[in-house]
Amino acid sequence: MTPAPKPEAAEVGAPPPPPSKKPAPTIESKGLQRYKMLGTWLLFIAVLIVCLVSVDADFTALFSQNARDNMGRILGEMARPDWSYAEDIWEPMLETVQIAIAGTMIGSVLAVPVALLCAVNIMPQKIVSIPARMVLNLVRTIPDLLFAAIFVAVFGIGAFAGMLALVFFSFGLVAKLTYEAIEAIDPGPLEAMTASGANKIQLIVFGVVPQALPYFFSYVLYTFEVNVRAAAVLGFVGAGGIGLHLDQQLNSLRYDRASTIILLTLVIVLIIDYASTYLRRKLL
Amino acid sequence: MNQSVPSKSRLPLIRNWIVGALLIVLFVWSLSAMQFEGIQEYGATVMKSIWHGFTHPDWDYVYMPEGEDLLRGLLETLIISILGTFISAFLCIPFAFWASDNMSRLKIVSGSGKFVLTVIRVFPEIIMAILFIVAVGPGAFAGVLALGVHSIGMLAKLYSETIEAVDNGPREALISSGASKLQVLRFAVLPQVIPQFISYALYRFEINIRSATVLGLVGAGGIGTPLIFALQTRNWGRVGIILLGIVILVIIIDLISGWLRRRII
Repeated sequence: MTPAPKPEAAEVGAPPPPPSKKPAPTIESKGLQRYKMLGTWLLFIAVLIVCLVSVDADFTALFSQNARDNMGRILGEMARPDWSYAEDIWEPMLETVQIAIAGTMIGSVLAVPVALLCAVNIMPQKIVSIPARMVLNLVRTIPDLLFAAIFVAVFGIGAFAGMLALVFFSFGLVAKLTYEAIEAIDPGPLEAMTASGANKIQLIVFGVVPQALPYFFSYVLYTFEVNVRAAAVLGFVGAGGIGLHLDQQLNSLRYDRASTIILLTLVIVLIIDYASTYLRRKLL
Repeated sequence: MNQSVPSKSRLPLIRNWIVGALLIVLFVWSLSAMQFEGIQEYGATVMKSIWHGFTHPDWDYVYMPEGEDLLRGLLETLIISILGTFISAFLCIPFAFWASDNMSRLKIVSGSGKFVLTVIRVFPEIIMAILFIVAVGPGAFAGVLALGVHSIGMLAKLYSETIEAVDNGPREALISSGASKLQVLRFAVLPQVIPQFISYALYRFEINIRSATVLGLVGAGGIGTPLIFALQTRNWGRVGIILLGIVILVIIIDLISGWLRRRII
């Protein structure tokens, strides 16, 4: 059984394939290649300059007196977090984790049937698998914060909108990773079962699930890690969690309190990351 | 023997049931935080107006001669992600060498580098954007800086993994023939890692284009700013066309970037 690629730092999209050796260029093509290379670089630099001009990129502004004062003041205040505030934010912090758990679980459960529809070794009919994949790609083009902003406008401010945003986001990510894992499973048991007359349901329950389940759980845990980080900022668009408080403290210029929130969030995220990485290593 | 088999296979079964029960408890506890009231009351009418907006996108918004239209917003989003990726692709190189095991003899050097990268990675870009807005004012440049700094965390990690995987043969050959440290880097390490670096930078570019669409929600430029205005004024036709624009932009960028990545490696 070939293990499917494990997403490590990747957030969206497919992890890049491993490098492969290219054939050595012949002598005639070397000169041409050099010109091509030069042309590519010139084009790239031209694009870059146009971009820099169009956003009024002023790197001196970053080091101007004004910016240094502002940054210095903020960082100075942030260096002295207001620890007494920590008691007030445990509840929203818990809510953040709750949003992440609920969103991940619902999204992952919804992802299972769709992942089965997308995998060509379960669903050889292209008429089903290709539209299903297109839906997945469509869902994954929209970032979680955009989903959250839309759901806040639809369902009002609160944790429910944030949870829905994460449901959609987790659904896209888990379904994609899982169908790739399903396609990579060992076809032997499936062929043996088909030959002995198993139906589709039996095939999935006894052939696919035992092989794909560890990968599925591993992807769910990975998605949960991503979701905890996402849930921490969902509040910026009004979708509940700790982000709401962070936004308020930043707006009222209480950088010492903002710093408390950021540090506590970092601690929670790191703990969850390490626990989840440990579990994933045990699973696979 | 006959007795030991069932007792052995029952243990994981019990464990699975316990894990399942725990998961259900966790799920119910999490759902208890959601407020469901107030959704049904006006849900139907809102849904109807949203559906109407999404099926009748505001096509006039695509191009408006006087400015602030969809195409210009998308272009700005694209530019923010190009510049942000470019900045981080260079800034992360020293971090990558700092965090790779085979570039330093002491484990603590690479370990500390890896920890710094983890902290950068988990620091949300939205907060980074807010901090840069304070420094350089609202606008696209703050978004560029936020993406540029935030992307270091992931890119440097991927880069350092590439560096750790280089073939040691050329390095040792150069060292034994008396090359300096800089020459070893230039002629043995860099040629092996550059294609992979470019490929990872393109991959990060795909992520950044998605991030750049949300930076505008806090005022750091790009298409997010008109989107949040349209959402706040319940202008669903405009929301529909902006979402359509984002989806098309992201799909096109994914296709181009994927094609380039396949050609480079």
